[in-house]
Amino acid sequence: MKMSATNHSVNSGVKILAEVVLMKGNEAVAEAAIRAGCRYFFGYPITPQNEIPEYMARRLPEVGGVYVQAESEVAAINMVYGAGGAGGRVLISSSSPGISLMQEGISYLCGSEIPCVIVNMMRGGPGLGGIQPSQSDYFQATKGGGHGDYRLIVYGPSSIQEMVDIMFRAFAVAEKYRNPVMILGDGMLGQMMEPVSFPDETPPPDPRSKPWATTGNRGGKSRLLSSIILDPEGLDAHNWRLQEKYRRAEKEEVMWDMEKADDAEWFLVAYGTMARVCRAAMTMARSEGIKVGLIRPITLWPFPKQAFEAVLPRAKGFLCVEMSTGQMVEDVRLSVEGRAPVYFYGRTGGAVPVPKGVLKRIRDMVSGKTPSITDYYDRVAGGERK
Amino acid sequence: MKAVYERPRVLKDVATHYCPGCTHGIAHRILAEVIDELGIQGNTVGVASVGCSVFAYNYIDVDFQQAAHGRAPAVATGIKRVVPDTIVFTYQGDGDLASIGAAEVLHAAVRGENITVIFINNAIYGMTGGQMAPTTLEGMRTTTTPLGRQPAIQGYPLRVSELLATVDGAAYIARCSLHNAANIAKAKASIKKAFETQIQKKGFSLVELLSSCPTNWGVPPLEALKWIEEKMIPVFPLGEFKVKEGDAR
Ligand SMILES: Cc1ncc(C[n+]2csc(CCOP(=O)(O)OP(=O)(O)O)c2C)c(N)n1
Ligand code: SF4
Ligand SMILES: [Mg+2]
Repeated sequence: MKMSATNHSVNSGVKILAEVVLMKGNEAVAEAAIRAGCRYFFGYPITPQNEIPEYMARRLPEVGGVYVQAESEVAAINMVYGAGGAGGRVLISSSSPGISLMQEGISYLCGSEIPCVIVNMMRGGPGLGGIQPSQSDYFQATKGGGHGDYRLIVYGPSSIQEMVDIMFRAFAVAEKYRNPVMILGDGMLGQMMEPVSFPDETPPPDPRSKPWATTGNRGGKSRLLSSIILDPEGLDAHNWRLQEKYRRAEKEEVMWDMEKADDAEWFLVAYGTMARVCRAAMTMARSEGIKVGLIRPITLWPFPKQAFEAVLPRAKGFLCVEMSTGQMVEDVRLSVEGRAPVYFYGRTGGAVPVPKGVLKRIRDMVSGKTPSITDYYDRVAGGERK
Repeated sequence: MKAVYERPRVLKDVATHYCPGCTHGIAHRILAEVIDELGIQGNTVGVASVGCSVFAYNYIDVDFQQAAHGRAPAVATGIKRVVPDTIVFTYQGDGDLASIGAAEVLHAAVRGENITVIFINNAIYGMTGGQMAPTTLEGMRTTTTPLGRQPAIQGYPLRVSELLATVDGAAYIARCSLHNAANIAKAKASIKKAFETQIQKKGFSLVELLSSCPTNWGVPPLEALKWIEEKMIPVFPLGEFKVKEGDAR
């Protein structure tokens, strides 16, 4: 679905229950999955997402589902492969180091065209890094991570309500394309509490209703889920067929949100937790008379290039703000294609840019003091981070 | 006239890609016979692994998933948990199962996962051209142990069946050999027992099959069979290592 400039809800058209509850992000994600018909979860503990497997271990047996604690994230993602391939609606969650271990499995899921939903509550890396929120797995999520020419459809929600609504969409999209979908959250979204309401429940699918699922051939033609194609012509054809699917997703699944865009001359670009910080900074800047708007990608892949086209004729500059050293900013630059200046501000490792820090960069951008992206890295290296 | 020997229904009528004299084909045949005899063809899902048997689904006519190297027991776990009334088996080589997939097979047994594993131990990595496997015998030459496997450097062969038999969740563990007709008949009986263990929901079952790889051992097929008998069996003794009696869990 394409989002209009003012359409904030990702679930317009779905009846929202009146009941509003206060919930932790991780628990809301788990409950949303169950209400979206998910009955299988394979997990391995890692902070800051432990409430998801814990919630699933408690709740899934109540609804006739299955929770398995795997011996590793490597095993967990391959259990997802088996379960998704047998027609189950499956969720898996982890945080950055665990998601790294899943990359081989994710590549296989894409190659064999098995649907599932993967949640990454990002923490700081590289290596063991830290346990505080981060957005430094953007490249891994949107550009590959595993081997081969594949794509994940990646959502970057910025509130607990949006995570819940996107969970419903994520399962539908995963099954529509027979492809894994990733919800890219961060430790902040997982750990904070917000009021949330849940859409109507979707019943779990009957695994045997999927003609491609391996559930026993029942005397008919045997089915095969495989990603090995040794014949170069055959593998080439398979890859281009996957690309057709991805092109279709680019047409049909792109989502973004724009705030205060109508009169804006300067634009903040941010997703997830950072979009919330930017929203506060935008309000501060506007009270100083600076006409700032916010472009908030909701799908990180496919990236909402369209949002930039719409404002480029009057945009004086874009400031991309991330909890990373600059990853999404590359997609912003690809979208802008040199037609306006693109600036960057980021912090890492659980250090979250605060509104005042963003405001300072907005002021600098407007007064022409913001360094180019290349110079920016030199300045940060010189100690100017906050 | 009564047919006394014919192609099992489950075995597809196609030529295999296996080398002449390779016992992967025999393992396929007896596995297919068991599936036929138990009448479970329409209700079985196989998991193919990464090794020479990667294309097992081209020969065995049941639903199949192709798993990443070593991960077949995890994939089988996922399938079994979604459709628990379906019979699920994996077919794995010794590089796949005993090296890169050691954790997956061990923990499938620990969980008492109600699946059956067919484990082809040919003491070598066949598909990639004859490198050392965890099961490679002491002194055995492979392309990565050109001087023979030296325990001081490469350690000792791993006995998977004995190891897994120590796990409480394992219900049936046996090691058989494919080097002659009598042993092939025993192997088939063990495979059948393993599937029956699963059908009775008793837990994890595994049958290890000592198998030949004439191509990478660099010996003619008949000599390879003799080599199994003379060299492999002393290191990998045959027998049932675990038979869980009584009711289902
Ligand atoms: C992650 C990964 N590492 C390595 C390989 C290469 N590889 C393919 S088959 C194989 C060994 C298979 O040996 P084994 O499991 O003993 O089966 P066999 O061919 O002997 O029947 C290896 C290492 C791979 N496909 N994937
Ligand atoms: S390489 Fe060895 S294991 Fe593989 S098919 Fe040939 S003989 Fe069999
Ligand atoms: Mg081998």
